[in-house]
Order: sequence, then structure tokens, then C-alpha cells
Amino acid sequence: MSGHDHQHHHDHDNHFTPIEARVKALETLLVAKGYVDPAALDAIVETYETKVGPRNGALVVAKAWTDPAFAERLRQDGTAAVAELGYGGRGGEHIVAVFNTPDEHNLIVCTLCSCYPWPVLGLPPVWYKSPPYRSRAVIDPRGVLADFGVTLPADQRIRVWDSTAETRFLVIPQRPAGTEGWDEERLAGIVTRDSMIGVGLPEVGAAT
Amino acid sequence: MNGGQDLGGQMGFGPVMPEPNEPVFHGGWESRMLALNVAAGAMGHWTIDEIRHARESIPPADYLSFSYYEIWYEGLRAVLQRHGFATPAEMDSGASAGSGMTPKRVLKGADVPAVLRRGFPYEREASAPARFAVGDAVRTIVMHPAGHTRLPRYARGKLGRIEAIRGNHVFPDTGAHGAPEAAQWLYTVVFSGPELWGRDADPTSSVSVEAWESYLEPA
Repeated sequence: MSGHDHQHHHDHDNHFTPIEARVKALETLLVAKGYVDPAALDAIVETYETKVGPRNGALVVAKAWTDPAFAERLRQDGTAAVAELGYGGRGGEHIVAVFNTPDEHNLIVCTLCSCYPWPVLGLPPVWYKSPPYRSRAVIDPRGVLADFGVTLPADQRIRVWDSTAETRFLVIPQRPAGTEGWDEERLAGIVTRDSMIGVGLPEVGAAT
Repeated sequence: MNGGQDLGGQMGFGPVMPEPNEPVFHGGWESRMLALNVAAGAMGHWTIDEIRHARESIPPADYLSFSYYEIWYEGLRAVLQRHGFATPAEMDSGASAGSGMTPKRVLKGADVPAVLRRGFPYEREASAPARFAVGDAVRTIVMHPAGHTRLPRYARGKLGRIEAIRGNHVFPDTGAHGAPEAAQWLYTVVFSGPELWGRDADPTSSVSVEAWESYLEPA
């Protein structure tokens, strides 16, 4: 246990892990050489820690569920439609919304790296970038869904989108039954990040 | 290249293990690594494809054992050295041994929101019409380039169908290696599960890739 404790108290001394020390050295160097502005680093971190995350995508989905004209615009031009809500840019310059139907479920992966729609989902979780998901999503999508506790109807086809270009995909889940009359805010509350990747489904019971 | 990054269809990595309540960053170094990657990239000296190629050039055993931000660290080191911004000794020590390359630009803190919001669109004006139309049958080419490509091994030599035309997009295979920017028509090409995986496929599955025009032949 002492080794474990040691790992978690590095902020108070110089006992950085090797990768922490290497990244710190790189930052020190690039700042000293004038290549990066420390204020820019702070602003980038703040953006992805506090401003850009899956809440954005949830609001896109909720609007698509409640506003058929918006849903149609989203279907025709995802980039322009999400820009109506103020989202877009880095890591999501070309957004395509893919709509789940009773006949077909959509699943997003990047087998070659970690492409993910940053402006609407934020930064990807570790599992999305890791070999188990990247290797198996294309060959055994139902097996991957089982790892997330999701079982689709046997007759619902499954469509996997490998993000091999700068196109970024956002899954629009089906609106669950029992949400009739809900406003966008309440609907957004049941749209999980995983449901917009395709490894989860919105659940009415998840609403708080 | 057929590197450690080309993972589609490989086996033996075990189940996907989602982390409950995963934080955006696991420790401060991950957040600094992300920010360094974005800020250094904004100097404008390498393309996203060049740094992707730097990452996939990590020996496979290392690639598969590194965390993703470690992969980013190694990739950034490689391009900083290649473009004359820093030496390995400087990056190891954190101490500058003198001036390096002068960057085209330095991203200032005040400009971050606008730069991130604008992003780096990859669509370019086309000089020729698209060769393929939606619905066309196409076959992906077979190739095993030593350099960068975005056509995964599992989707080479396969029969598919054009599902969408995405526009004329910057071509990664040459742009990763310092060639002047070129663009090609980009398509969504969908394959049936059995076309890709034969008798081991989930017959209800299909998979698409985003494929540049030179990856495709009429079928």
C-alpha cells in the first residue's frame, strides 16, 4: 500500500512518475523557447475540462427529438446544424449525425487512432482510444455492446462507422417511450455520452 | 503503414473496460499533454496527418502498451525534433540549449477560444467532378504502403457501395510526408459484415470507412 500512497502524493514533492516528469520537461522547454504561451495551455485545458463536453451533444439530440425541422437540417448538414447551437470547430470540423431507427443501430469507432466529435462530446474516454474497443467494434459490434450491458433486438441491424477521415459522427439515439411532453432540457438529461457513441441507450429511468 | 495503430479486426485484447465516472483527465500531465499538442500544432509546421504518422511509427509493442497521451507525447517529440524546434537532449532535460526554429506563429491565450471554435476545416474546392456517385459499387484497392494511409487493412480489396460523397478533402497519404497539400473526393463506403469477415461475420452488421477517391476502383 505504501507504493500506492506514494503514487498519489506526488504533487507535494519531486517524485513525479516518469511520464509526468517528461511532460513537465517538455512544457518547460517549449515555454522557455517561446513556442507555446502558458496562458494558451491553461485556456485549452479549461475549455475541455469545463466548457466542451457531452452536454453539448445531448442538447443537439434533445433538439432533434423535439424539432423535426432541426432534425432534418441535422440530417442534411450536421456541421451547420450543430453550429446553430453554437458548437463546432477543432476535432469536429465536419460533423455527420447518424440516426438510430428500429431497423438499424449505429456505432462509432476510430480503428486507426482516436477520432471523436470533440465539439459535441468533448474528449474521448480512455476505452474509446484503447485496443479492445478499436479492434473489436468493427468485427464483433454486438460483443462490444455486451461489454456495456447493451443487447439489441436480434433483427435490428448494426452499422459501424469507422472514422478514418476528418468526418466526425454523432449518433442520434431513438427517443425513448415515456418521454412524451418532456422539454428539451429534461430530454437532454437522459442522453448519455455513451448513447451518442452507440454503446449505450437513453433510459428514462436515468432521469433525475 | 501496417503499424500498431491499425487495430480493426485484431483479437486478444480482452473486453472493453469502461471506467465509471471517468474524469476528463487522469492527472495534470494528461491535460498538459493535450494542451501542448494543440498549442504546438498551432505553430503551423506539421499537418494532423504528419503527427498521426509519427504516432503510428512508434514500435507496435510500445504503441500497444502506452496510454493514449503517452502516444501523443512520443508523436509530439518526433515532429518537434524533425522540424528543428528541439533536440532529444533538450526535451529530456527541459533546458534550452539555444535557439531553435522560429515558429510561423504562436497561439496566444486570448486567441484560444476563437482558434478552437474555428478549427481546421479539411474540405477544399474541387477542380474535377467526383468519379463515383451514391449507390455505385466500388472495390477498395490493395496496398501496403510503408508510409501513412487511412485505408485500414481490414477494408483493403473489399467490395463496397458508395453511400455518401463528403466533399473534396485534404489527402492524408501524401500530406503526412511533407508533400504540398492535395485534396481528393472523399466518400463513405459501406461493406457488409460478411464481405469483410466472411463466415465469422455478424450477418446483421455492416461497416463503413471514409475513403478517398484513389483508394477506390469501380466494381
